[in-house]
This record gives sequence, C-alpha cells and structure tokens, in this order.
Amino acid sequence: MVQAAQSGHLGGSMSVMDILTVLYFNTMRITPDSPKNPDRDRCVLSKGHCTPAMYSILAHKGFFPIEELKTFRRIDSNLSGHVEMTKVPGVDMSAGSLGQGLSAALGMALAARIDGCQYRVYCICGDGEIQEGQIWEAAQVASHYGANNLTVIVDNNRIQLDGFTDRIGGPSNAADKFRAFGWNAIEIDGHDVSQIAAALDAAAADAIAPTAIIANTVKGRGVSFMENNPKWHGGTPNEDEFAIAFSEVQSRIDHLNDVLHKISEGVSR
Amino acid sequence: MSDMNVESTRVAYGRALCELGERRSDVVVVDADLTTCTMTCFFAQKFPERFFNGGIAESNMVGMGAGLATTGKTVFVNSFAMFSAGRAYDQVRNAVCYPRLNVKVVGTHAGLSVGEDGATHQCIEDISLMRTIPNMTVIVPCDAEEAKRATIAMSEYDGPCYLRLGRSPVPAVTSGVADYDFQIGKASTLKQGTDATIIACGLMVGKAMEAAAVLESTEGLNVRVVDMHTIKPIDKEAILAAARETGAIVTAEEHNMIGGLGAAVCEVLSEVPAECCVPIIKVGVADVFGHSGTAEACLEKYGLTVGHVVDAVKKARSL
Repeated sequence: MVQAAQSGHLGGSMSVMDILTVLYFNTMRITPDSPKNPDRDRCVLSKGHCTPAMYSILAHKGFFPIEELKTFRRIDSNLSGHVEMTKVPGVDMSAGSLGQGLSAALGMALAARIDGCQYRVYCICGDGEIQEGQIWEAAQVASHYGANNLTVIVDNNRIQLDGFTDRIGGPSNAADKFRAFGWNAIEIDGHDVSQIAAALDAAAADAIAPTAIIANTVKGRGVSFMENNPKWHGGTPNEDEFAIAFSEVQSRIDHLNDVLHKISEGVSR
Repeated sequence: MSDMNVESTRVAYGRALCELGERRSDVVVVDADLTTCTMTCFFAQKFPERFFNGGIAESNMVGMGAGLATTGKTVFVNSFAMFSAGRAYDQVRNAVCYPRLNVKVVGTHAGLSVGEDGATHQCIEDISLMRTIPNMTVIVPCDAEEAKRATIAMSEYDGPCYLRLGRSPVPAVTSGVADYDFQIGKASTLKQGTDATIIACGLMVGKAMEAAAVLESTEGLNVRVVDMHTIKPIDKEAILAAARETGAIVTAEEHNMIGGLGAAVCEVLSEVPAECCVPIIKVGVADVFGHSGTAEACLEKYGLTVGHVVDAVKKARSL
C-alpha cells in the first residue's frame, strides 16, 4: 500500500499490527457483513495515521475487498491517509488529529451504559500521542464514570516523528500515569499475541474501572532496517529497500506457515 | 417592553432542552462545569442518566459528544462560546464535522454582552470559526422564543450544528410578528420596508427593530428588518431581495466584522446581477478585543447600539 502510494506511516503501523490482529481476529465481537451492528464491539484507532495497518486488517477481515488496498491515498480512493468512518466500512471513528480518540471511545462506552448494551470499546493510542492533554481529560472522566467497558491500548514503541519519545516528551511512565488517573494498567509485550489476548480478557473481566494496556512494541517491527529507527515514522522505502523488506516479511510468513503446517500435522496424527 | 418579555436565549434554550428530553429518549447532554450558566441544569436534574458533566475539559467534552453520536444519539455539548467553539475548535472540526456526526455544539455567553468577565470570555470570533467548517450549520437566535424553536429545529436536523446564545436577557422581538416561523436556513423578515434593510442576528435584531422605529419617527424612513438567525446556510434569496427592493443594506452583529454575518452577506452580494449591487455598511466589532463592563457599556464602547445602527442606515442611504 505505502509503496504504491509512495506515502504513508509504516513504522507505527508495523508496531501496532499484532495488537490489531488479536483485537480483530480474536477478541472483538464484530460482523463484517453488518459493520454498523449496534451491539458490536468498537475500536477507535486514535493514532489515526496508522491506516496501512488498520485498512489491511479490515480488508482481510472482510469489510471490503483486499484489492482496494492498492488504491490507498489516491485521489479517487475511499482509503485516505487517516482513518475515515464515513467512507470505510469497519472504521468506528474518524481520527487523525492526535489525542482525540479516547474521548470518542469514552462517549461510545457511556452510550452502551445508557442503552443497556454489553459491547466493549477499545482505543489505540501511540505513546507519543499521549503527550496530548486531551488524553488525560478523557482518562479522568472515564474513571470518574467507572467506564469499565473501555480499554485503551498504548502502542509503546518509544518513537515519535521527531525522534525517541523519552528525548522529546520525557519518559512516558504510561502505566503509572493511568493508575494515577484511576485506571487499571497492565504492561505487556505488544508482539506476544498470547499476552495481548490475556490482557484484553483481563480488561473485560474488570467490573469497576477502565483498563490501560501498555504494549511494549518495536516501531517498524518485522523489517530489520526499519526497527527502532525514527526515520521510518513516515518514510517510504526505495526499490532496493522495498525488496529487502518484502523478502524479510515473506520469509517470516513462510516460517509461520511451516510452523502452522507442523502443528496441524501433529494434530492430525 | 415589560419584564415578562425579557429573557436570555440561554435560559430559553435550557428549558427547551429539558422539554426535548421528555419527548426524545435519544437526546443526550454533556457539559463542562457550567450547567447553571449554560442552563443544562434543567435537563441534568430531570434526566441524570442521559447527562454527563465532564468537568473543566471542553476538548474531551466535544470528543465524548462525537462518540455518543456514533451510536445514534442526538447530542448537545455545552460551554461558553469561547470554549465550545474556541478552545475545542479542532475537536469540533475533526471529531464532529468531518465525520458529520449529529452533535449540537452550544456556545453561550457569546459576544461582548457577557460583560464584566472581560475580553478573555467575550467571544467575538465564534461565528467565523464555526461557519468556515464544512458540514456545519450555524444558528444565532435573537430572542427566547427563537432560541426555543431553534433548539427544536436543530434536534430534528441530522448533522452538526452550532448554536450561539447570549448571557443577557433580550426583548421578545419575534412575539408581535404576524406569521413568524422558524426554519433553518430561512431568514425571518420581522418588519417589512422599502427604504433600506437591516440584516441582523442575535441581540442586534432587537436593536435593529428599535433603530427602524427611530428612523421612521425621525426621518420618515420605512426600513426592513431581517432576522438572519441562520448564518449558514445563509438565506441568499432574502439578501438579494433586500438589495433589489430596498437599495441599501446594513448588517448588525455582536461579533468581529471579519468573518461574521456582515462578511457572509458581503460574500453573497459579491457575485450578483447589477440591480443587486448596493451599498453595505457593517455594524460589528472592529477587530479589537473587548473590555470589562456592563453588557450595555460594552455594546456602547464598541459601537453596537441603536444609535450606531441608525447612523449606519443613514450612511448607507447616502452612498
């Protein structure tokens, strides 16, 4: 997508990919054939620039044809640079101006209470993004109203546009901050799918408070030269870089397919 | 004018909102620690399960409203105009208007007439800020009855709206008008006339009516008064008719002359047939910050009195 568009945000998309995969393919109760189902779980991608990840997930989940991904960021495409709820099935909230998604997610969570619905609301923020003051406005109101059906997942990749987060906004201490605001906080490895799933289950089990999952991740995860490199916040690979990246990702997919094959053989024996 | 007929638009709104809550279970209200000022206190008392006070945090309030609206609620978010339209501008633009969500952004204590609190609270830019956002509808009622009708009309319209309300009591200018009706996007002609037209909004409508009476008694002029309660979408036909039929236009608003009602009227008249090319004088705040003082003292100091409107009409007719 990003290669075709020659623009887009790869680094943060790759760090959040495992989180989105667990949410959309394991945890969330959603119905791609009925994207506006009022009882569905919702996910607000507050770091709304990570459309390469979000749109790939939604397409593979069946919300729209995978073929459409090639039109990303084109003037005649529905797939803009930042998530857009009016144009893309499966997107629960438009986002892009950082720091706003948690407030919208809180509004959805409170609506569930008014209507007696059981759905849960997830919000994904970047660790750079939570420098925005509005996040903490939302955090204090969420705990005040005991919005236990609300979970925020912080993609803690430690890099923002201008460089490493601890050199710009200071150390995030995100878990401590959310606890101070009356939230549960769980720290996990954001690339360990079993840890992600377990944390999401734990969040759903809490009867009183909203939960923050601080997912420690690697920006540019999965491509050697992109990992932990601030250059890849919004950069586009050249042809050689693309070839290397593609081959690294492909070999990982092949490896995982092998593992799956062996597991299924084991099961069938 | 008896006291019975004098009420602020914010109080009328608060009552209308509460009545609306009786009829419509989808109406949800969010405030930011100003319930006894924005008058959402009536609704909050009666429907606590559909009311949220998010504290002094307007950006979050607007965002919460957007989230609530995604689930099919008709949401009213409330603060002083300075904060709902000013401080939370990005949230109104990106979380409400861009996804075209059904959120009604309410800004009370708008304009200079907030009075003694001074310039930090006297929002004279909100009409301009709100009307330049795509998908936004902007409504400025002139009296209590119109505020009530605007509240109901907004609730029946599916999409973002901005409602500008005042702190000070204002006379009931629409009450004696035959066939008065409120429709979003359709100006109300409160007084017919042929010698000039005053197009006004908010509390300046009352002053326009007084100015028209003064001009009639002192100059023998028959001046039309148009209550342009909807700034966007603006009633182009009413403006063109005023130009064609009365030959001179004065606009009057409690807002910066840049970007407000006067500017919107000029935009309409900038591309019109020759017979609609007429003199226009804007009465408004001349791109300066306000000052502490009583509401009337503020309006006097910054040129928003009946006398200023009278002078503007005379000047427009002389051009």
